[in-house]
Amino acid sequence: MHSHPPKTVGALAKRERFLAYRMLLPTFLMVLSIVLLPLLANFWISFKAVELGDLRAARPMFNEQLKPRPKTADQEIILRYRVRNSSKKEALSEVVFTDELPQGLTLLSVPETCSLNDITLICDIGDMEGGKRLDIEIPARASQLYLDNGVRVRASKPVASYQTVNVLTSFSFTLSNFKKVFSADEFWSVLRVSFYYTIFGTLGALVLGLFAAQILNTSFFGRPVLRGLFLFPYVAPVIAVAFAWVLLLDAGPGGTFNAMLRQMGVTEGPINFLGQKYLTFEIFGFSWKFPMALTTVIAFEAWRYFPLSFLFILARMQSISADMYEAAEMDGATPLQQFWYLSLPQLLGILSVLFLLRFIWTFNKFDDIFLLTGGAAGTRTLTVDVYEQAFAVSNLGAGAAVAVVVFVVLLSFALLFFKFSPQDDG
Amino acid sequence: MRLGNVTFMAIAMGLIWGGIWMVLTSLMMMLVTGLIVVPNIGIAALVGAGAALGLLVLAPEMRGRKGLASITGVAAVAVVILTGGQPFSLPLDKALITQIIALIIWSILSVASLALCLQGYVAGSAKRYRVEVLAIRNLKGLGLLLFSVFVALPFYVMVMTSLKSQQSLLANPLDFSIDLSKGMGTLFRSYIELFTDFHFATFLMNSAIVSVITVILTLLFAIPGAYAVARLRFPGQLFLSRSILLIYMVPAIVLVIPLYAIFSQLGLRDSLLGLVVVYPATTIPVALYMLQGYFRGLPAELEEAGLMDGLSRWQVIQKITLPLALPALASVSLYVFMIAWNEFLFAFMFLDDFQMFTLSRGVVSLNSSEVPRQHLMAGSVVATVPVLVIFLWFEKYLVSGLTAGSVKG
Repeated sequence: MHSHPPKTVGALAKRERFLAYRMLLPTFLMVLSIVLLPLLANFWISFKAVELGDLRAARPMFNEQLKPRPKTADQEIILRYRVRNSSKKEALSEVVFTDELPQGLTLLSVPETCSLNDITLICDIGDMEGGKRLDIEIPARASQLYLDNGVRVRASKPVASYQTVNVLTSFSFTLSNFKKVFSADEFWSVLRVSFYYTIFGTLGALVLGLFAAQILNTSFFGRPVLRGLFLFPYVAPVIAVAFAWVLLLDAGPGGTFNAMLRQMGVTEGPINFLGQKYLTFEIFGFSWKFPMALTTVIAFEAWRYFPLSFLFILARMQSISADMYEAAEMDGATPLQQFWYLSLPQLLGILSVLFLLRFIWTFNKFDDIFLLTGGAAGTRTLTVDVYEQAFAVSNLGAGAAVAVVVFVVLLSFALLFFKFSPQDDG
Repeated sequence: MRLGNVTFMAIAMGLIWGGIWMVLTSLMMMLVTGLIVVPNIGIAALVGAGAALGLLVLAPEMRGRKGLASITGVAAVAVVILTGGQPFSLPLDKALITQIIALIIWSILSVASLALCLQGYVAGSAKRYRVEVLAIRNLKGLGLLLFSVFVALPFYVMVMTSLKSQQSLLANPLDFSIDLSKGMGTLFRSYIELFTDFHFATFLMNSAIVSVITVILTLLFAIPGAYAVARLRFPGQLFLSRSILLIYMVPAIVLVIPLYAIFSQLGLRDSLLGLVVVYPATTIPVALYMLQGYFRGLPAELEEAGLMDGLSRWQVIQKITLPLALPALASVSLYVFMIAWNEFLFAFMFLDDFQMFTLSRGVVSLNSSEVPRQHLMAGSVVATVPVLVIFLWFEKYLVSGLTAGSVKG
């Protein structure tokens, strides 16, 4: 007889399970409602023709008037209801409104669509197209009582009941957003710029981080201060450092960096670092176009995020045991050989993890480019495009469609990352 | 003098250090005094090379205070003579004292850098190992210098611009000299105006409220979650501990459109409440990930002992786990605070009413042609200083927290 471990779940294990689920429930609900559901909602919106203005739902608006304004008793006048659909696009259906007439106002005849119940007027307007207006005119007579009473028709507001289709919750879908996004001329250049920015920004931050870590791996006077200073770009708010760069690189008369270059005799005129798409060089008769604004934005990315890779690489370097280097010294390995054959292989793990994570995060980045150039001068990436489509052009649907593209690209990266990530790093 | 690879390297190093320090001292001179300076980089580099050779000629035991001082002096005089008395292309009668001080600073820095790099080397040839050590020393020194300038320059410009006036900035953008003669009121005028006319006190308050509430909510949610993932056994535990980071990679820009639409309809959009709902949701996953890593590292025996003595799970967490995990709690709190304080996208998209602005949103509202740029920079300084002070204060925790579990951008 073999003895098996029990297959059933004991009471204690059940209680532990239950406790675990209870402890995770708040987090789960929070993440579900603010991350996962909006993510799905984004897919939903990307298949809809929604504009920014559609977020206010359609409703009927009323304007109630007596024409002409009664001056004498028993004068024949007209009671007019002017009904308007507040939305330009969405239709209203089964619109019925009720209104209470003031004392002393008698209706001479009631239109077919309306009925009068003592002093309550009920009108069934039926359907209203988007942006439609409708006038209902009812002949009436105002008695002396009305004139004396001082209660006017507007004292009671019409109360309406209606059906409307909220464009966000309706079940009509369209592919027009995706068609529009993919057929736009600039889409492919936006995609290309995104990848340039991501690849070079990530590499720049990694290489700078590796250098900074090498420099600060030796102990010297003032090292803790410099380590703190090197983390500043990452810790400071993005708005502050982005605007500092914008002012520093300004091409106008107040630009500090351009003034420095001029003073040192490097350049003659100011260079518009953030506003110029291409800088043309003439070398040996070849003219060469250099993407200026994109390069500046990449430099900013490297500047702002090198502290992060610097920290991780430094931490890893300090955990490499000194014995190896001592053995290498004994064997006569030079410093460069030690770096190439000992340090670099040890750092490869953290470097690849950093590369993949930073790659994903750089691809996600919106704030930096938005604040530096607003996506102008050939720096528009996919994330900036989401904003431009949704909020600058006010086409929420198209923005959501670009966001779907962003998400799909990212998902592929993330899967790649999880496939290659070592178990112990991270 | 014996020729050889060390000699040639020393010449190259002298050229580089002499030139670079000349560029930097002139820049410093311009930024601090507002003088218009054209540095004589070529001559400074040549003199630097000469100084390097001079150092090599001195035997290592001779390079004491006296030897270095005399080389420094000779280098300074050599620059004056070779430039025809105008090392900074300025007439001598203009700011003579400043020029002399700048020149001496240049000379000291150049000779000191060279002496540090050449320590233990004499003229002639050396083996590959020693040559590489020399090259690496040199590169590290240069790297240190350039990195520091590269990192500090935008911050320096930010602070100094905030203390200037529009006219003086346009007149000479390199002049960051501080004019103390008109009193503190004029110097800090931008800051005073931000707080009196631009509602920055409200923004500061809003940022503080939002950040602190975000930290508290994040901890309240993440602590039990992290404990469950780290300590309790349940189906899906492994999946959760790995997939929690995936959520962390969902870009904010993908969430902003649906959240904007939904919050608009719920009336949550233009309020701090909306931010306080969104921020924790973005920080909980990473906080949970960082904390569960730390909880796993705590000895389980202590908690088991507590359970044996009749404490409930909640009591164990309160009385045993959390006190032990204080360093991790501190670093997570700091990190979350930093994220919430610096957050821009949601604040920018959601807030329209200036009474609700956080600092990020408030500074963006200063970015218009009607507001002078020193106000924009003063606003940036106001937004930066609190988070930097907190960071420097608790740097140890933040650094360990950052490396423990997160690579957020």
